[in-house]
Amino acid sequence: MRIGVITFPGTLDDVDAARAVRYAGAQPVSLWHGDRDLAGVDAVVVPGGFSYGDYLRAGAIASLAPIMTEVAAAARRGVPVLGICNGFQILCEAGLLPGALVRNDGLRFVCRDQRLRVESAATAWTAGLRVGQELLVPLKSGEGRYVVDAATRAELAGEGRIVFRYAGANPNGATDAIAGVASADGRVVGLMPHPEHAIDPLTGPSADGLALFTSVLLRAAA
Amino acid sequence: MPKPEILDPQGQAVARALARIGIAGVAGVRQGKHFELEVDDTLDDATLHRIAGDLLANPVIEDWTVTRL
Repeated sequence: MRIGVITFPGTLDDVDAARAVRYAGAQPVSLWHGDRDLAGVDAVVVPGGFSYGDYLRAGAIASLAPIMTEVAAAARRGVPVLGICNGFQILCEAGLLPGALVRNDGLRFVCRDQRLRVESAATAWTAGLRVGQELLVPLKSGEGRYVVDAATRAELAGEGRIVFRYAGANPNGATDAIAGVASADGRVVGLMPHPEHAIDPLTGPSADGLALFTSVLLRAAA
Repeated sequence: MPKPEILDPQGQAVARALARIGIAGVAGVRQGKHFELEVDDTLDDATLHRIAGDLLANPVIEDWTVTRL
């Protein structure tokens, strides 16, 4: 399986995302923000960082980059897309996921190893996890507070599209402690914490994050 | 608002994004900030200008206007 990893100007975590893809047993394919095709990849990771310097709003300019037209078209065909941190912000700005990410309620950039509770194993990126399972992965964001209107929030909860919640104290004031959500078909997932930084105990707090990248392979094999 | 002579890369990025969504005819974009303050009637214009000049704006790089609503 070939998994594309997009680099925008200001992306930071593309190298770790590609490494996570490789650890999972897939082949990472570098994609550039100006590209107008996805090189035939089977899934796409939109990694974290500060694309376009967070100009206007985090993810706002990147959501209009040429590659995102292709990502949106692929998502409509059911190609799995994972947005991490700034990638989550980009997917929300692009309208591929509901809601928005705003300034943390404590106004501080939060950088810590964060426990996450899996709320849905019915997505392309969490099929190998169990509901209720906890993952320990880094969280590092200043605009990580997930907000969504009440009607959409009820819809997300009702349809099982809340994928991850923060376990323990809410680190950023996110609505309902939501750390990650999915599209209606469960193929597009976005989350603020960084599973790609937790794939090897040598370099991360755990290897828990690897399961997201192996999950998408399960789905492909099934 | 950033002073006219100050380079505004954020405004430029927004201008390029406008072109991407198919909008022509926007010659330039400059991005600034807008603050709404709820104040007592006793605060005079001089105080409001002090608020703007001493805290909300950096007079080295930004111009500002104060409007009472």
